[in-house]
Amino acid sequence: MSYRRKRRSRIRPYTFTGGRTRSRHPLMVQTLVSTADPAAQPPRNLMPESERILSLCRETRSVAEISAELKIPLGVTQVLLSDLADQGLVYIHPTITGHSPSENQVLERALRGLERLFQ
Amino acid sequence: MGSNDSSNDTFSKMSTKIVIAGGFGAGKTTLVRSVSEIEPVTTEALMTDASAAHDDITETPSKTTTTVAMDFGRLTLDQQLIMYMFGTPGQARFWFMWDDLVRGAVGAVIVADPRRLADCFDAVDYFEQHSRIPYVVGLNKFDGNLDYTPEQVREALEISPEVPILPFDARNRLESGNVLKDLLTHALAYEKSDAEPVG
Repeated sequence: MSYRRKRRSRIRPYTFTGGRTRSRHPLMVQTLVSTADPAAQPPRNLMPESERILSLCRETRSVAEISAELKIPLGVTQVLLSDLADQGLVYIHPTITGHSPSENQVLERALRGLERLFQ
Repeated sequence: MGSNDSSNDTFSKMSTKIVIAGGFGAGKTTLVRSVSEIEPVTTEALMTDASAAHDDITETPSKTTTTVAMDFGRLTLDQQLIMYMFGTPGQARFWFMWDDLVRGAVGAVIVADPRRLADCFDAVDYFEQHSRIPYVVGLNKFDGNLDYTPEQVREALEISPEVPILPFDARNRLESGNVLKDLLTHALAYEKSDAEPVG
């Protein structure tokens, strides 16, 4: 039965999030997150998962990367990140969707970047 | 020198996303693998987590057990701009995940296997109906040959005339990169021609 020990946790994911399934911040899978102050000690009352997120995001990462690297389901990752953002502990970067004409400049930058990479 | 960037640089970073869609085995992951600067990451998403922003799951708690694998890759386009490529689950029973993956995407590539065109009917339907997301169709030349011309494919799949249909080899980095460039070019034109006054 030792294989069962390999399962990291049998706690339902919602236990971490107080039953909430929505995040209040615009956190899409591609949204980048950085620890607000990488040098600061994390507050003591943080859950281990949140602490691991803070530690990981000292280098900027996307929500999907955080979820994959820490093996925390996407939705749970989003809610934990939302809480960390509320506490001012993480910075949530702008996400460019291209839906507004004002973002065309960034799309053009993206295209120039692709042209540099694939020529 | 080295890997430390100043915090100013860190906070000015932003990201964007494109979606790679298409039938099972059409070459989505191959495309992501060809262009990505990282080994494509496969991660399992609980359906309830992935769709949390949209679905009220309280009515159908049985859905919570569904897990779906999704692949993604990454491209650093300049010092401040990162683009992620998300492959959508190919099987039709995972369509429910699409809204979440597609939300906020600047565009989509539908990878089509010309030998099994019917496999991408669902994807074409999806993007024809979500007109906010510009898309292109990449015709994956598995053995270097195409049995149909792009125009025949357009007719067969009922694809709008303005949507580019691009023959390419998903195993080829440059050809795959060109599809991404064409998508961005299409997205830029799309935004301008489709700029209707809202509100």
